[in-house]
Amino acid sequence: MPHATATADLMRPPFPAEPGAGVYSSKLGMWVFLASDVMFFTALIGTYIILRFGVTEPWAQPGAVLNVPLTAFNTFLLICSSVSMVKAYAAIADGKKYFLRAVPGKTLRDGGLKFWLLVTMICGAAFVGVQVVEYIKLVGHGFTPTGYREGSLLAEHAAANAVRYGAATGGLYGSTFFSMTGFHGFHVTCGVISMTYLYVTKVLPEKYSAQDYRGIEVIGLYWHFVDLVWIILFTIVYLI
Amino acid sequence: METVAHKRPNYVAIWGYLFVLTVIEVAAALMSHIPKHWLILILLFLAIWKALLVAMYFMHLRFERWRLRVVFMVPLPLAAILVLATITEKIW
Repeated sequence: MPHATATADLMRPPFPAEPGAGVYSSKLGMWVFLASDVMFFTALIGTYIILRFGVTEPWAQPGAVLNVPLTAFNTFLLICSSVSMVKAYAAIADGKKYFLRAVPGKTLRDGGLKFWLLVTMICGAAFVGVQVVEYIKLVGHGFTPTGYREGSLLAEHAAANAVRYGAATGGLYGSTFFSMTGFHGFHVTCGVISMTYLYVTKVLPEKYSAQDYRGIEVIGLYWHFVDLVWIILFTIVYLI
Repeated sequence: METVAHKRPNYVAIWGYLFVLTVIEVAAALMSHIPKHWLILILLFLAIWKALLVAMYFMHLRFERWRLRVVFMVPLPLAAILVLATITEKIW
C-alpha cells in the first residue's frame, strides 16, 4: 500500500475539499451546471445537424450569407479572453493582486489579477459587441430568424443563385443560426456581467488572496466552457 | 494515497496552438479544394482538438481527480445518443 506523500501541487488550490468529489462545493456545483449546459447546447446543435443533413434541398454555403473573417476575428477574441482568464487565475494563485508591477531587468510589466481579469472582461464585451454588429448587418441585408426577408438584398441573391444561398432552406437556416449563436451570446453576456460584479465587489477591494480565490476559479471554469462551446459552434455553423 | 505534483502548463503555448488551429480551420474551409465529406471530418477533428485543449489545460481537467472528470464526461455519451438516435430515426 503506497504511503501518503505531501507535495505542493500548483493545480490543486488550498481549499477544504468536500468529501466525495474531492473539491469544494461551489466548484462541484459549477461542474454540474456545465454538465447540464452540455445537454442544453447538444439540443441546439443536434437540432441543427438533424435539420441541416435531413433536408434534401441545398443549405447556404459557408461564407455566402455569414461574414466568416469577422467571426474568425471574434473567435480569436474569445480565445484571447480564455488565456487572459487563466492568467488571472494563475496570478491570484501566486498572490498577485495588483494591476501591473515593474519587474527589474524586464521591459514588460508583470500583470496581476486586476489586469488579466480586466483584459478578459474587455475581450468578452468586444465579442458581444462584434456579434451585435454582425446581427445588425445580417438583418439589414435580409437574413432574419424566419429566413430571407422578401425584397431584401439576400432574397435577391437567393433568387439568382438558389444553391449557393440555400433559397429553399432559408427559414431553417435563420432559425437555427440565431438560436444557437443567440443563446451562446447570452452566455457570454452573463459571463461578462458576472466578472464585472466580481471585479467591483471582490477584485478591486482585494478580497481574493493566494489562500482563497475560489470565485476566480469558478467563474474561470464557466468562461472557458463558453469558449469551448464557441469553438464547436464556429466550426459547425460558419465553416461546414 | 500518493499525491502527484503538477506544474502549471504553458498557457501562452496553448493559446498559440488554438490560434494556429483556428487559422488552419478557416483556411481549409474557405480556400481549399478538399472534397466536402473529408473537409467536414477534418474540421470536426480540428474543433474537437481545440475543445480538448481548452478543457484539459484551461479548465485543468487534466489535473483533476477522475471522479470530477466523470461529472463532465457523463453527458457526452448521452449527447451522442440524443443526436444519433434522432438522425437514425430520420434515415429509417
